[in-house]
Amino acid sequence: MSATTYGWLVLAFPLAGSMIIAFGWRSLPARTAGWIGTGAIALAFVSSIGALVMMQDEPAEARHLTSSLWDYATAAGLDIQLGILVDPLSVFMCLVVTGVSTLIHLYSVSYLDEDRGYARFFSYLNFFVFSMLLLVLAGNFVLLIVGWAFVGFASYALISFWYRRGTATKAGMKAFVINVIGDVGLVLAAFFLFRELGTFDYLEAFEAAPGAFTENEGVVVVICLLLVVGAFAKSAQLPLHTWLPDAMEGPTPVSALIHAATMVTAGVYLIARTHPLFELAPTAADIAAFGGLATLIVAATIALAVTDLKRIIAYSTMSQIGYMIVGVSIGAYVGGLFHLMTHAFFKALLFMAAGSVIAAMAGRQDIDRMSGFRRALPLTSLLLIVGALALAGFPPMSGWFSKDEILVFAADRGGMYWIFAVGGYLAAFLTAFYAFRIGFRVVAGDPCEEARELEGGHLAHAEPENPATGEREDTDVGFPGPGHWIAERARPMAIAMGTLGVLATIGGVVQIPGVTHVIESFLEPTFEDSSLYHLVPSTSASWLGLLIGAVLSAAGVGLAYLCYVARPGTTARLQERFAAIHRLLFNKWYFDELYDVAIYRPLIAGGRFANNVFERVVVDGIVDGAVGLVRGAGALVRGAQSGFVRAYALLLLGGFAALGVYFLVVSS
Amino acid sequence: MEEVAFFALAIGALGGAIAVVGLRNPFYCVLALIVHLVSLAGLFLLLHAEFIAAAQIVVYAGAVMVLYVFVAAYVGNVEEPIWDQIPGQRFFAPVLAAALFVELAIAVIGTALKSLETEGPTIQLGFGSPGSIGELLLERYLIVFEAASMLLLIAAVGAIVLAGRRHGHPSADAGARGRGAEEVPGIGS
Amino acid sequence: MALEWYLVLSAMLFAVGAGGILIRRSPLVILLCLELMLNAGNLALVAFARAAGNEEGQVFALVVMVVAACEVVVGLGLIVAMFRRRIPLNVDEIRSLRG
Repeated sequence: MSATTYGWLVLAFPLAGSMIIAFGWRSLPARTAGWIGTGAIALAFVSSIGALVMMQDEPAEARHLTSSLWDYATAAGLDIQLGILVDPLSVFMCLVVTGVSTLIHLYSVSYLDEDRGYARFFSYLNFFVFSMLLLVLAGNFVLLIVGWAFVGFASYALISFWYRRGTATKAGMKAFVINVIGDVGLVLAAFFLFRELGTFDYLEAFEAAPGAFTENEGVVVVICLLLVVGAFAKSAQLPLHTWLPDAMEGPTPVSALIHAATMVTAGVYLIARTHPLFELAPTAADIAAFGGLATLIVAATIALAVTDLKRIIAYSTMSQIGYMIVGVSIGAYVGGLFHLMTHAFFKALLFMAAGSVIAAMAGRQDIDRMSGFRRALPLTSLLLIVGALALAGFPPMSGWFSKDEILVFAADRGGMYWIFAVGGYLAAFLTAFYAFRIGFRVVAGDPCEEARELEGGHLAHAEPENPATGEREDTDVGFPGPGHWIAERARPMAIAMGTLGVLATIGGVVQIPGVTHVIESFLEPTFEDSSLYHLVPSTSASWLGLLIGAVLSAAGVGLAYLCYVARPGTTARLQERFAAIHRLLFNKWYFDELYDVAIYRPLIAGGRFANNVFERVVVDGIVDGAVGLVRGAGALVRGAQSGFVRAYALLLLGGFAALGVYFLVVSS
Repeated sequence: MEEVAFFALAIGALGGAIAVVGLRNPFYCVLALIVHLVSLAGLFLLLHAEFIAAAQIVVYAGAVMVLYVFVAAYVGNVEEPIWDQIPGQRFFAPVLAAALFVELAIAVIGTALKSLETEGPTIQLGFGSPGSIGELLLERYLIVFEAASMLLLIAAVGAIVLAGRRHGHPSADAGARGRGAEEVPGIGS
Repeated sequence: MALEWYLVLSAMLFAVGAGGILIRRSPLVILLCLELMLNAGNLALVAFARAAGNEEGQVFALVVMVVAACEVVVGLGLIVAMFRRRIPLNVDEIRSLRG
């Protein structure tokens, strides 16, 4: 079977899984839906490997394989196919997406056991994976937009999975609305591209682009900026980032899959895929890079202050995606995509571990209440520390290699790009600190009440309540209760987490500077037309960068140890001293409030004005006025219908007389 | 001689007409109309329309007016209130009637038909006699004649239907305004 | 007598009849005024017959008389019916068909 056939299979399996579960959910016993879902994605992963193997059989120049199922729209000047592109970049993304998704599905098999919407969850999750794969495998912009929109929908469905909760549905809507803003950018970019180049197909467009556009020409900058809008909305970068923390309302596997490993990386993929356009519009690329830089610093600072466990990890995601955006915008494609892969491993692992801890905490997510789970949850604690180390970029974890690859490239490119290197290293220090804020809080210290209960062999229970607002919820009417599944007790969860832990640890070996360059050579065929791709920093510079990174990471971990283990209470004192800064960080830099005042309120006021004034006065006035006019005219004419015969006779005679006058006048 | 007759008859006709319009008692109006009709018959004679004049007296003044007399006697006197319900009627009616007269007069006097200024062409004997009218009726205007007969038939049937008492028809006693609850005796049943 | 005189007289009678219909309220008198108008028309017809020199106008006048007779029959029948049903004999009272 050829590579493209495998490509279609990659798409077919998750879709089939989703449909089978959707249509047969009533008849599927207990956990079967979960196994079907997991099996479908596992088969997709196997097909991805098949596609990889078949593609690598081809010579390097020929590794852009397209295949089309049918003509979607062919008309005058328009030729849109339902076609996929199998090339190194898409196969890379497929492997990451299907691989991590399989593990997350496995985790969810037991994590969501006994939830009322079990089958619905797996159907949605499979559909999400299908959409993401569609986005990644698309061979033209139209199919990309289709996949993009499906992913947005799947995200909405999964965030609002526990739809009974008001906070969850609101979060889902918020995510969807902000995503739509990105969709607008993407669609407009596609239209402009079509207008300039006459095609939606990737290969044709990228081939024609250098000829059609001069460097930094206005229209290509506009196209790239619109693509950046789309990417930023999907990847939760400033200023379109406010949906990501609220998206933690969804179940933990959703957070792990969508908001850590796959959907939010779609923006990174987009910029990497359209790199020929970005290289023709360096202004736009620089703007994107600065956006990523701003995000990565701001998000890291917020993660220092918020107290909800999942939200800290969410801000961490935002920050790390900022790194990836910086990477692919300045030309460090290898670094950016490598970091995408390693980030998928350790972030998914962190979320899974967090899920386990939250279950042990009887559904509460406040880290100020957690401590000392190392004896109660040994496996979870170990894997949490592994993930935190990878996040912090501690040697020799995978995160160390991938993050510093980007920063070294930035430094190597020189000039203005030193800002990115400096900012990146600063944020790396902060990252290490907050990673171990989580790590030490949860693992170290005296066991909290729930930990002690668990050490005694009994999982803590509490009244079901909304983790964000603390309201009580009634499980009888569909609210979920707190999860009861921890990694120590559920085998599938343990297997999934363990695999990711191993990958997070050893994942870096594929791209050790000067030693291995698996990813770089693998992705070469996609980026062969890029000048920036071939700007490889020297091995010594790379190792210097790695050394700096290691030092900063160790410093961050050490500082966290100081604050949380050696001298607990330090952070409380710091909060008091720097209360204003703390308030700023705790309130997420007031972005939500800003949007409320600047966008939401004017729009609502405008709508109210339109309804009360315009609609009621102008539109109704015109309509009622017309009616009134007709009615008045009718009443006027009705006066002639008095019912008196003699009045009618008078009118008759009068008309006759008038007629006579007319004829007399005419004939004279 | 002819002029004297004309003016006398004209005054009679006009006077009768004005009396019909002006008199309060409907019975007197009927009588005035009879005077008018007879004057008109005289005018017909002046115009050499002997048969028409005779028909006028016999049919109109004789039969039709007798009918009117019967009904006027049956119905009796109805006092019309002075005040007119319809605003402007009392004012506009004479105005419009006068306007109409003026227009028609202008039309007649200013006409281009030369023959109207004379007495008319010479006519032979027998003009307007029953014989010549009858000839016209039965030869050229036969269909008109027959249609007129049909109309008379229909009118006669219609009159019987209109004025006849319907069986089972609720009497107009309950709820009707007017003249009192008792039936006028002796009329139909 | 020039024939104009007859025609002017006819116009006068017609106008009087028209004014009478508009002013009087008793249906009986209205019918009488109607007769006035019809007869004025008859006069005009006969005058024109004399002007044209043939009797066709007179035949027309005869037919008008027939029609007038029929109409009188129906009209008087209506008046009798009204009287029978105790409807006041005043055309202003019969105005249920008003807009």
